[in-house]
Order: sequence, then structure tokens, then C-alpha cells
Amino acid sequence: MHKISAYLLRSFLLIISFAICSISHAQQRVEMADAMRANGKIYVVVTVCVTILVGLFLYVFSIDRKLSKIEKDSASQ
Amino acid sequence: MNKNWWKILSFILLVYTIVGGFLLDIPHLPILNESIRNLYFHVAMWFAMMILFGVSIVYSIKYLAGAKYRNDIFAKNFAAMGSFMGILGYTTGFIWANYTWISDQNQSLSGILKEPKLIGAAIALLIYGAYFVLRGSFTDMDKRARVSAVYNIFAFAMLFPSIWIIPRLVGSLHPGGQGGAGGNPALNFKDIDSRLRMVFYPAVIGWTLLAVWIATLKIRIQLIKDKTLLNA
Repeated sequence: MHKISAYLLRSFLLIISFAICSISHAQQRVEMADAMRANGKIYVVVTVCVTILVGLFLYVFSIDRKLSKIEKDSASQ
Repeated sequence: MNKNWWKILSFILLVYTIVGGFLLDIPHLPILNESIRNLYFHVAMWFAMMILFGVSIVYSIKYLAGAKYRNDIFAKNFAAMGSFMGILGYTTGFIWANYTWISDQNQSLSGILKEPKLIGAAIALLIYGAYFVLRGSFTDMDKRARVSAVYNIFAFAMLFPSIWIIPRLVGSLHPGGQGGAGGNPALNFKDIDSRLRMVFYPAVIGWTLLAVWIATLKIRIQLIKDKTLLNA
């Protein structure tokens, strides 16, 4: 148990350090046009819409799973 | 095969609809400009509505054939979800019309409100609204199921004249009306650009599957609620 939590913590720190690295990397090259800023930032809109869609699907899927559980319970009664 | 494959398919198709719908090339048209991309969202809502109403009437006929209460639950919830998609289609249509017909074509609001497809769609949605009023007015379950199943057939029969046939007979701002390009854009394969078709058909399937999914959730809730009635 202790081993697993240590492993999780280590991987979490690794991800954080990667994130910090990527942020500082972006700051060094402010002038570089990255993909998200191209074409009048339309990709930002696409990403936002896809995020909403993913969230919506996760929500509907969680309702679906809860309902399946309730169905199973009421069938066994 | 996983029986939930169509839910995953719906997700994949809708991600494709949004990514492709925003980024793929489209025909350059005056007035419409980039708003032609609404084809994947606004028009897809109406297609999903028609398909769901179609599923609803099938269950209504099945109810009339066998008087199984289960089919009544299916018919009701598919009609409810279809109406919801119709309302979404109407709302998105308002927004689209505002930025094309009114602001960029300088048409008056009263002129837009005379648009036969708007009136026809409103009539169709009101007929379906009356379906739910009719259902709510019965206390007897069997009577409610039987009468509303018959009414549902009438509502579906009114749907196509009001949203397809009448707007085609008179002048309409929507594609296919007299005074416009003419012809039937649904059947004329030269009318809709093939670049739009690439996203439009997956969009229709994706939105329809999502609507069906939500409808089945509502059906399953109702089936659990009425478990004792169904087993009796």
C-alpha cells in the first residue's frame, strides 16, 4: 500500500515538473505561433467544443452506468 | 461485440462532426459565409427529430397491435426526445436567421416570420405538444396508451406536409422552396456540395444516436418505475 502511494506521488511530481517545463518553454518563445493560435484561434473554439462534448458524454455515460446498476439491483429483488 | 458500440460510435462521429465541421473546407457562399457550417448542427437537429418521431410511431403501431404497456413507454419517450431535438433545431434556426436573413439580407422580422418552414415547423411541434397534453389528460392507463398511440400516428402524418410539402409549394427562404434554386435538395445530389456531405451525414447519424441514447435512459428509468405494472 505504502509502495503504491509512493509510486503515485513520484509520478505526480514527474507530471508537475513536465508541466512547469512546458510553461517555461512557452514563455521563452512568445513570438512563436503555436497551433492553437493559428487561423484566428479557431482551434481554441474546436477544443472548447470537443471538451464540452467529452464532458457531456462522460455525464450521460455515468447516468447510464448508474442506471444499469439500479436495473441489476431491481432484477435481483 | 459490446452492446454499447453505438454509444461509442455516436461519440466518435460527434467529435468528427465538431473537428471536421469547424476545420474542413466548405464552399464560399455570399451571405452564408462560414455559417454554412450550421448545416452540421442546426439541420442535423431536425433530421434527428424526424428519425426519433419515426421510431416513436413504430412503437405506437406496435402498441396498437399488441397492447403491451412497454411499447407505450417507448413511444412516449422517443416522441419527447424528438420534440426536444425539434426545439433545439428551432432555437438554433433563430440564431442563424438573425445573422443571415435579417442582418445581412436586410429582411424585416415580420418577413422572416412569414417563412413557411418556420410556421410549418411550429405547427408540427405544437401538434406533438398536444400529444403530451393528451397523454396528461387521461387517468386511465390503457385508454391513455391507446388514444395517444392513435394520435401519434396522426401527428406523424401531419409532420411531413407541414415541414416538407407546404414550404416546397410556396416560396421559402429554406433550400428547396419555390423562388429559390428549386428542386429537392434532399434528393438532388448536385445541390449539396460533396464537401458538406462528408461531415453532414456522419453528423446526422451522431446526433441521432446521442438522442436515441438519452431517450433509452429515460425509457429505462420509466421501466424500473413501472416494474410492478409491467410484470402484472
